[in-house]
Amino acid sequence: MEMMEKAEYITSEVEDMVVLRNIVKRFGKVVASDHVNIEIKRNEFFSLLGPSGSGKTTLLRIIAGLEKPDEGVVILEGKDVTNLPPYKRNIGMVFQHLALFPHMTVFENIAYGLRLRKFPEDEIKKRVYDALELVKMPHEMFAERKPSQLSGGQQQRVAIARALVTQPAVLLLDEPLGALDLKIRQHMMLELKRIQRTVGTTFVYVTHDQGEALVMSDRIAVIHEGRVEQVGTPYEVYEKPRTKFVANFIGEANFFEGVLRNGAVETSFGVVKVVSDIQSGKKVVVSLRPERIRVGKTAEGADNKFEGKIREIVYKGDVLIVMVALDDTEVKVNVPATHPEARKLREGEAIRIGWDSGDEAGVFELEAE
Amino acid sequence: MSMSLRDKLMGLYSAFVYAFLYVPIIIVIIFSFNESRTLGQFTGFSLKWYQVLLGDKVVWVAFYNSLNVAVITTLVSLFLGTLAAYGMVRLDIGGKGAIDSLLYVPIIIPEIAEALSLLLFYKFSGYDLGWLTVLLGHIAFDISFVYVVVRARLAGFDRSLEEASLTLGANEVQTFLKITLPLSMPGIIAAALIAFTLSFDDFIKTAFTTGPGFQTLPLIIWSQSARGGVGPELNALTTVIMAISMTIAYIYAKLTMEKQ
Repeated sequence: MEMMEKAEYITSEVEDMVVLRNIVKRFGKVVASDHVNIEIKRNEFFSLLGPSGSGKTTLLRIIAGLEKPDEGVVILEGKDVTNLPPYKRNIGMVFQHLALFPHMTVFENIAYGLRLRKFPEDEIKKRVYDALELVKMPHEMFAERKPSQLSGGQQQRVAIARALVTQPAVLLLDEPLGALDLKIRQHMMLELKRIQRTVGTTFVYVTHDQGEALVMSDRIAVIHEGRVEQVGTPYEVYEKPRTKFVANFIGEANFFEGVLRNGAVETSFGVVKVVSDIQSGKKVVVSLRPERIRVGKTAEGADNKFEGKIREIVYKGDVLIVMVALDDTEVKVNVPATHPEARKLREGEAIRIGWDSGDEAGVFELEAE
Repeated sequence: MSMSLRDKLMGLYSAFVYAFLYVPIIIVIIFSFNESRTLGQFTGFSLKWYQVLLGDKVVWVAFYNSLNVAVITTLVSLFLGTLAAYGMVRLDIGGKGAIDSLLYVPIIIPEIAEALSLLLFYKFSGYDLGWLTVLLGHIAFDISFVYVVVRARLAGFDRSLEEASLTLGANEVQTFLKITLPLSMPGIIAAALIAFTLSFDDFIKTAFTTGPGFQTLPLIIWSQSARGGVGPELNALTTVIMAISMTIAYIYAKLTMEKQ
């Protein structure tokens, strides 16, 4: 007994809930995971973000034990689980298409994991009702329904309740909001965040939607072609992307190519001052977010000033998206609707734009071709 | 709104086709309730041929034999066919295509060829023909039908349901019993009904592989009518067999309808 308590105590001291060490997974010729190293902390909402086919779902399935890595080690709660099947890992999973058991009621679905663990029937009932309460589904109304009698959002909640009811160390979510329409999706994002705060379970969330990842995550790993491009807080990956891919995939960015000389990049439309410690003489690409570019009077005094022509204006209510032509380069600029000169902008007219060095999201070295 | 000549001809043609198919069957059913023994003249309603049937010990034995073979065939081919289907859908093994084709062969080849090959096999291996040889023949060929039906059901199965079960703490066997099997039930029941009907109605294979003293219902009907004894008892017996088959077909249709 004493030993058990001690063991539990040690486990609960483990800071990293999930550790992926040098994970390699190949499907035929395709390398789905290419030497991936990730550490996910206790109580963290951690997102694996990447385009479809980037290998993010493979990583999640490797954590779950549904795929076996060709190389590398999976550690859950400080324990090497690389060779354990899913049912011997302390995990819960919410599947892309939810995978609720159609032949069972909501109650039976949620009770499934508890029955397997041989809980007494009254304990099962209590826990199922608690889980339904957690996801805001009154059990009087929903417990006896079949999954087919629920809306998409309700099925979602049941899937989450079912995965959490066994109190797993980690909850794995595979793009669970993908099938929902926009309004419900936005609502469920906040709900997921609330549920995660309430239960304190570590969430590992796979998504291709950068909006979802930015809103919900404590930290994000950006995955591209089976590799981890960057791990960081939403602020870090958005404001300080470490690679061109990250800058491009998260948020929007303008890209200017040129040769870096003495803190400035010689682009096709002029010299752009930047802050970078890349060696002089290298070919680089500068990424610049549309909302960082100022227009008209507010552009005066900027380090980088250019005269361009408005090619197109798209009205989006709170913001105007203005496409500005600088010679043959097109630059996207977001002008807040509240900007004093916003109403004066006309397609085909000249416009002054500017930004400071250091405003750029990043300067990335181009690989020699 | 008058029908065109083409439609009328089409309707007439269809009526003839249906008449050709169903009138003989209907006549058999009607005359099984005929009072007199003469065929072609309905003299009054009676259940006496069914009573004769009930009193016929040979028919009872044959009925028991048919049922015995059909039930055992259904259970065994269901078990083996389902395992084969599960293995072929789930396991990653070499030579799948070849095995799959082999499992289809019994459905495609003519029954007379099946029957003859079975008989030759039994002769070569020195089996005494009878209950066991009939049974083995039925099982060997019904496995294919079970396999095809269950495999179709499993192929459309959402794999993530099984994976969800695994992540919730169920091992592979528990997952199969609690998730895969119940959700495949419509397919398995359909397969069972098909296997039962095929076995219960089978004539050619049974005739080739049976030995002295082991008769099933179709064999009785054949031997009696071959002796020129096409009497009302036979009509009654045929009606009973049809009733059984159609009940099963009805259950099958009902089950497949509910699925949709």
